[in-house]
Amino acid sequence: MNFEFSDEQKQMATQARRYLADKCPSTAVRAILEGPEPYDKALWKGLAEMGFLGVVIPEEYGGLGLGYLELCVIAEELGRALAPVPFSSSVMLATEFLLAAGSDAQKRAWLPRLASGDAIGTFAYAEKAGAVTPKTIQLSAANNRLNGAKTAVPDGDIADFAVVAARTGTSISLYLVDLSAAGVTRTTLDTIDPSRSHARIDFADAAAEPLGAPGEGLRLISEVFDRAAVLTAFEQIGGADRTLEMARDYALERMAFGRPIGSFQAIKHMLADMYVSATLARSNGCYGAWALSTGAAELPEAAATARVSATQAFQHCAKNNIQVHGGMGFTWAFDCHLFYRRSNLLSVNLGSLSQWEDTLIQRLRARNTAA
Amino acid sequence: MNFDDTPQEAAFRAEVRAWIDANAPTHLLEGLRSSGFGGLNLEGADPITLSKNWQKKKAEAGWACLHWPKEYGGRGATPIERVIWGQEEGPYGALGGVFIIGHGMCGPTMMAFAAEEHKRRYLPPLAAGEEIWCQLFSEPAGGSDLAGLRTRAEPASDGSGDWIINGQKIWTSGAHYSDYGILITRTDPTVPKHKGMTMFFLDMHSPGIEIRPIKQANGQSGFNEVYFTDVRIPDGQRLGAVGDGWKVSLTTLMNERLSIGSGMSTGFPELFDLCCRIETQNGLAVDDPAVRSKLATWAVRTTGLKYTGFRALSALSRGEIPGPENSIGKLVAGPTMQEIAMFAEDLQGQAGVISDPDIAAANGRFQAMLMRSPATRVEGGTDEILRNIIAERVLGLPADIRVDKDVPFNMIPTSGRA
Repeated sequence: MNFEFSDEQKQMATQARRYLADKCPSTAVRAILEGPEPYDKALWKGLAEMGFLGVVIPEEYGGLGLGYLELCVIAEELGRALAPVPFSSSVMLATEFLLAAGSDAQKRAWLPRLASGDAIGTFAYAEKAGAVTPKTIQLSAANNRLNGAKTAVPDGDIADFAVVAARTGTSISLYLVDLSAAGVTRTTLDTIDPSRSHARIDFADAAAEPLGAPGEGLRLISEVFDRAAVLTAFEQIGGADRTLEMARDYALERMAFGRPIGSFQAIKHMLADMYVSATLARSNGCYGAWALSTGAAELPEAAATARVSATQAFQHCAKNNIQVHGGMGFTWAFDCHLFYRRSNLLSVNLGSLSQWEDTLIQRLRARNTAA
Repeated sequence: MNFDDTPQEAAFRAEVRAWIDANAPTHLLEGLRSSGFGGLNLEGADPITLSKNWQKKKAEAGWACLHWPKEYGGRGATPIERVIWGQEEGPYGALGGVFIIGHGMCGPTMMAFAAEEHKRRYLPPLAAGEEIWCQLFSEPAGGSDLAGLRTRAEPASDGSGDWIINGQKIWTSGAHYSDYGILITRTDPTVPKHKGMTMFFLDMHSPGIEIRPIKQANGQSGFNEVYFTDVRIPDGQRLGAVGDGWKVSLTTLMNERLSIGSGMSTGFPELFDLCCRIETQNGLAVDDPAVRSKLATWAVRTTGLKYTGFRALSALSRGEIPGPENSIGKLVAGPTMQEIAMFAEDLQGQAGVISDPDIAAANGRFQAMLMRSPATRVEGGTDEILRNIIAERVLGLPADIRVDKDVPFNMIPTSGRA
């Protein structure tokens, strides 16, 4: 039994944490949140130089050819630092779609550029408010041309290409679209977390190439979302841990009624409950990471478990971090809101909490029926 | 990251499995599997006798108290081997319930503080299940505030050096079938409370001990009140120095945490099974989105505890000692079981009130959980004490302000309406 990351993986985490402490303090997050730049280009370049954008990309396509455990520890560190870069879109989704379904030509065209940070990819999925179901995907593809619109596409305004879920007759297929092509219009959206940019993308007879076989869209999305769910869970675990630390540190320092507020049981117990959520999320994350890295048959169940647990933990810790900080927690100057914003952004990435809860129970039921 | 045994662990597991296959009381298996909360389903047979028989058999083959040194009746096994044994023993482990306190807490305390002759006399029969031990700690005035205990130990007036005990303990599991116990007392009420306590072990058949079972809120009786009237204990049965009882008790309580098992039950598998069979107004419960959302929350708490346990085992197999972070097990499992029991009752509608195991869903397990779970949230550290432990000892927050900390024990107010 060894249910922890290896020393090498921990070393990689330490290396990432040091790097991010230096290059991605909260002032860097705020620069994106408050400024005109959609993401931190210097940080993105730096992460690429460390090899972090191509961890699981095979060496023949310009990556490091390492495993998912390494990617999990990096995702966690990026989550702690609230890194304002398109990592989740480009690495957790676009890269994974290419690895899962890309032709050799598509892989050769994009993977080396994704690994080097020269290209950013994303996944365009939702078209309106509500759960995405096969019915709600109305953007249509015919003769390798796309017509329709996608909304709230993460990093949609900065990505070089998008994997797009499109209707092809009665089925859903995936297409790869160069977003600089004619017929593509992008509009940056105001969101709850401007440190991670989102856009509406309109496609008017835009040229596209199929990614994977026709009609395979839903299967591929489900497969890639399971992988991304584990990675996102680690991003959330990093955020949960950081907000717990912030709340703890503030509770030790802030005095009220002649005592540090951390000496009041009301505060201690709130922090203990945050610790419990964060710990359960980490343990469930380890299970997901194990399943992802070994290609275990349990991955669908493990991914949904990790995702539900991590979403609950980060939202719980981020909101109570503000509560522990009191009025100061609601100021723009304190960093609490940055985490609160990110926790609520990540909770709906890849499908919302209630959808993942539903998915988890469906999968447990399927396994029970099979058993 | 993997779930695999090392080659040594695999060899050990194979040896354990072969022995259990050849020796376990297989005729009890069905009953043990279907046992509910607070009692073993052994079809009328005396559970103490069956437990002692199984323990004796294990001891004779060297499988009792695996982590204890051989000279005291153990096997000198590693912590991870002890865990493997527990996994393989499976349902038969329920037969060890009456020995948990003796093996998990009394034994290690004796090992740390008793005289060598006493260790050799008492530990092997404890390991072999020939003698059962209990732990006399809680008192009516000392629960969460254990150091508020009032049971007095005073030097005998006859100059024998013996101690005379007067007072009352409460919530003593198994006192009525125990042969020996470890007892914490107050020897000096004129000093602050943590400084005036002393630990002993004693024969539970000593004159002056009266044991009264407590009828619990769920109707069962697993605990006792124990009254001491001029009970005499030789000084040689003192554990640690006079006045060091608090320090000794911390050793006992730390060992409680070392008893990592397969994790505490939350009732989730039973609930999930129920939801696959019972209907809500929207059809099968497991297909109802409102039900699914609740199930998912309890599912991830249950797996989260399981894998937190696995992470603790990983630390154990690296030679690290489990710390206060393991307090989360009961803190999560207790309230979750209560929530699950209440929801399972809700799903059963009007019939949810039925507790008769022959009629109720899941043989009445949910009704039993409903009535037992309030105790889980209190016994062995309340939810609130566990949160304090996590806050103070894991997160490093300040200890609670204790207004009685430096006050002589006999000057501490005893009524809130003074």
